[in-house]
This record gives sequence, structure tokens and C-alpha cells, in this order.
Amino acid sequence: MKSSDIKQFLGLNALRLCMAVVLLILFVIFYDIISKGAGKISWAFLSQPPRNGMTEGGIFPAIVGTFCVTVITAVFAIPFGVGCAIYLNEYAKDSWITRAIRMAIRNLSGVPSIVYGLFGVVLFVNMMQFGTCILSAGLTLGLMTLPWTITASEEALKSIPNAYREGSLALGATKWQAIRTNVLPYAVPGMLTGSILGLARAAGETAPILFTGAAFSLPILPSSVKDQFMALPYHLYIMSTQHQAIVKVRPIAYGTALVLIALVFFMNFGAVVLRYHLRKQKKD
Amino acid sequence: MEQGRKMVEVMNFNFFYGHAQCLKNISFDIAAHQVTSIIGPSGCGKSTFLRCLNRMNDLIPSARMEGSIKIDGQDISAPGLDVVSLRKKVGMVFQKPNPFPKSIFDNVAYGLRINGTVDKHIGDKVEESLKNAVLWDEVKSRLHESALSLSGGQQQRLCVARALAIAPEIVLMDEPASALDPVATAKLEELIIRLKQKYTIIIVTHNMQQAARISDMTAFFMQGDLVEFGLTNQIFTRPKKQITEEYITGRFG
Ligand SMILES: Nc1ncnc2c1ncn2[C@@H]1O[C@H](COP(=O)(O)OP(=O)(O)O)[C@@H](O)[C@H]1O
Ligand SMILES: [Mg+2]
Repeated sequence: MKSSDIKQFLGLNALRLCMAVVLLILFVIFYDIISKGAGKISWAFLSQPPRNGMTEGGIFPAIVGTFCVTVITAVFAIPFGVGCAIYLNEYAKDSWITRAIRMAIRNLSGVPSIVYGLFGVVLFVNMMQFGTCILSAGLTLGLMTLPWTITASEEALKSIPNAYREGSLALGATKWQAIRTNVLPYAVPGMLTGSILGLARAAGETAPILFTGAAFSLPILPSSVKDQFMALPYHLYIMSTQHQAIVKVRPIAYGTALVLIALVFFMNFGAVVLRYHLRKQKKD
Repeated sequence: MEQGRKMVEVMNFNFFYGHAQCLKNISFDIAAHQVTSIIGPSGCGKSTFLRCLNRMNDLIPSARMEGSIKIDGQDISAPGLDVVSLRKKVGMVFQKPNPFPKSIFDNVAYGLRINGTVDKHIGDKVEESLKNAVLWDEVKSRLHESALSLSGGQQQRLCVARALAIAPEIVLMDEPASALDPVATAKLEELIIRLKQKYTIIIVTHNMQQAARISDMTAFFMQGDLVEFGLTNQIFTRPKKQITEEYITGRFG
């Protein structure tokens, strides 16, 4: 073999090895969680509250809590994100201010989640006096998700051909009419997909909800957004590190992890399906 | 020479992209109910000129204009002008057919709806516009199919229909046939000649034969200057300037 052939051979196999390592890690994680968690999954586990000092029973309140807090996150992060994206992509002139805003948004997505958590305590819990509750936690996660929804929405808007805007304006539409009737409808699939991916990430976060509303254990379900809540990622954290009978509750921890992963997986899967459907709808 | 009333009066008009001057001291008049072609080598400012007439260049931040363009007696280069009502009066068909990804019906109804036409009139107007654009017979059985399913030539006639639906007085066309095959081009040319009974047509074309076939008047632009403007017949048979002749006979461009 020539030396260039050998290099080619080695290079290709090095890349294959990287691939294999990544897949292996992923496989080990899934295998570990599924093999140890699947046995725990049952209707009772999903629909009952924890009992006996969280050593028995299910995780129903944590599922409800994560659902509620994610709804708040969505209600906050999607409209604001879409609004910012419309402003940045359709209205803002290219100036140092808009460049600075864009850079700020990029940097915000790199801020560690615990920092958002502390910020949420200061802003929502203390200053705005919401207290530790679903609302504070949801808004904190919303702040964290905002850079994602802005970026996703802006990308979606960018992908709409300029001919749609010009074509609409040339027919006597005002700028807002053109955007509302001939740009936004086609950008929605991309916006939603990106936003759901951001929400899925938020749903799995512990640090931002740790001080803003998540509770160790609650005897009853929350009845308003001003109540504290249990959440899947926090429950998992407690069950795997904070519980006094760690070994005994291990299966519960694995069950919780499986449910959390499944939730995130389904949200991502849902985003893909949604995008596929909306694209198809647009075509016919 | 020029019959009919003046529809567009261009006077000492200059146009700049930032510091680059793109149109230089243009003056000429365009008569109503005629087809006027604008010809010239690429980059000479034809599209820019056309887009001044419906203020489409407003979208470009660095764009700036001087001098005046009057449409129907009204100066459209004034900063405070209502561009929305100008664009209803001056329709535009783009170089590349740009049907919206909606049904054929909704494409034609688009301008009507944003202008607040009541629903019960929309159906009639859509039909009328499609008939005007000689597309009705081809699409009447499939009005609710996607406009993207039409052929390129049909798409461009749909764009014409869409522009006609809001009853403009002037229709601007920027190389409307450049993406079409010869048969579709012939149909579009026929349509343009028909349309001049009701509308004033200004068309940019890089195709000399097309300009000769369909237009009453021709303006020859070069490097931002209006070199020559006159009856199409005269421009193509007895151009006054040497350079016009050289361009028309294909010696450059
Ligand atoms: N948005 C723009 N910004 C800056 N310069 C432009 C812009 N559009 C066109 N130009 C320049 O203006 C000149 C005329 O362009 P255009 O009107 O498109 O020419 P034509 O349609 O005759 O080919 C060209 O030199 C082109 O590079
Ligand atoms: Mg052009």
C-alpha cells in the first residue's frame, strides 16, 4: 500500500472509532436506564403519588408539576421569542445596536442554568414577590429558553424567500400585513420545531427550578400557579442523591429517569412530526 | 407621436445606491394605454428604474432618489407619499414567477383580501382577473389546488392575474418571460398586447425581438443614462444614436 492509502485507511477508521464510541456511550446510558427503570413503569407508578416517605408509590405529582411548569415556560418563551425574532429579522436595521442584541442573545444561551436559577430567585421570587411557585419557576425556565426560541424563530423567518415579502408589498400590503399574511404562516413550522426543542431541554432542567418553586415532596397537587410543585428532574435528583434510603429507592430513581427521558424524547419526536405535517400541508 | 394622456412623467430623475449613482438625470414621459419597453445591457439600471415607479426600492436602506416622477400627475418621490395606495395603482410582475404557496384562488384573492374586499365579491373578481390574464380556462376546474402545481408560464400569468385583481392602472413587468419557454413566452406576449386596452404596461426585457413585437414605445438605457426613447418602430429601424444601433444589432450587451 502507498503511504497516502495508509493515511486514508487510518483516517477513515479513526472517524469510525469516534462514531462507535459516541454510539456506545449513548447505548450504555439507554441500556442502563431502560433495563433498570422499565420494570418500575406501571400505570400505578405513573398515576399515584409517592408514599411512605417516598420509598413507595409513584411519581404522578412530579409529572403534573413538570407539565405545568413547561406550559408556563412555553406561554412566556414562545410569544416573546417570536416577537423578538420578528423585530430583529423584519424591522431592525443592521446597526451596532442590533448586532449587540444578537451577540447578547447568543451569549445568553451559554449562561449556566444555575445562574438563571439565582436570577429567577432575585427577580421573580423576591422582587416581583411571586414567591417560590410554578409561575416563578416557569418564568425562570422561560428566560433560559428565550434565546432558543428567538434563534429558532429568526432562522425560520430567514428561510422565507424575500419574493413572498416583495410580492405581498407590491400588491399594496402594509409591511405588517405582508409579514402577518405571507411570512409568518410559512415560518410557523420552523418556529414551533425550534421552540419545542428548547422546551424539551427546559423540561429536563433542575438548577433553574431548584430555588424558584420545586418542592422536595408535596402531599397534594398544585391548585394554582402560585403553588409549589414537584418536578421530574428534581425528583430524580432527590431520589438519586438526597434520600435517606438511597439504595432502596434506586428503582424509583431509574423509573423517574426513564419517564423523563421518554418525555423529552416524545417532545422532540413531536416536533419532528409537527414539522413534517405542516410542511406537507403547505405543499398541497 | 405620443397619443393619449401622460401616465408617467419622469423629470431629471437621479437614483443612488449609497454613493453609487445608478440612474442619471432621466427624463421622459410614458403614455397611458401603451406598452413601453425598457431595454439595455444588464446592470444599466432597468430594474432599478422599474422599482422606483412603485417605490419598491424603499426596502433598500441605502437607496436615495432625486428629481421627480409623477404618476397620473402625482409626485411619487415625495417622502410623505402613501406607498400602499401607490402600489395598488402600480402593480408589478417579477422576473421569477413568485406565486405564494397557497391555492390558485387564494393567490388571486390575496390583494383583494388585504385591501378589505368583502367576501361575496371576491369570487367574481378572481374569475374576472383570471380571464383577463387568459388563464381561466386552464385553471377553472382546479382553483383550489396549490399554485405551485402550475407550470412556469401559468405561474407567471397567475402573477399577472394577481396584480390585475386589485385594479391597477399601470402594470410593471421585470423580464417576465426570462424564466419561460418559447410557447409560454408567446402566450405571455399575447396577453401583454391585450392588456394595454385597460392598463398601461411598462416592461423590462433583454429580448430585442420581444420589445419589437409587443411595445409601442422603447427606452434604451445604458450605464444609468437614458440614451434614446421613441417609437419602437423608429428605434428598431432608424435609431438616432450610433450606440443604440450597435446594441440593437447585437454588437454588444
Ligand atoms: N440593492 C442594491 N444595492 C446596491 N447596488 C445595487 C442594488 N441593486 C442593484 N444595484 C446596482 O445597480 C446597478 C443597476 O442594477 P439593475 O437595476 O438591477 O440593472 P438591470 O436590471 O438593468 O440589469 C447595477 O450596477 C447593480 O449592481
Ligand atoms: Mg434587472
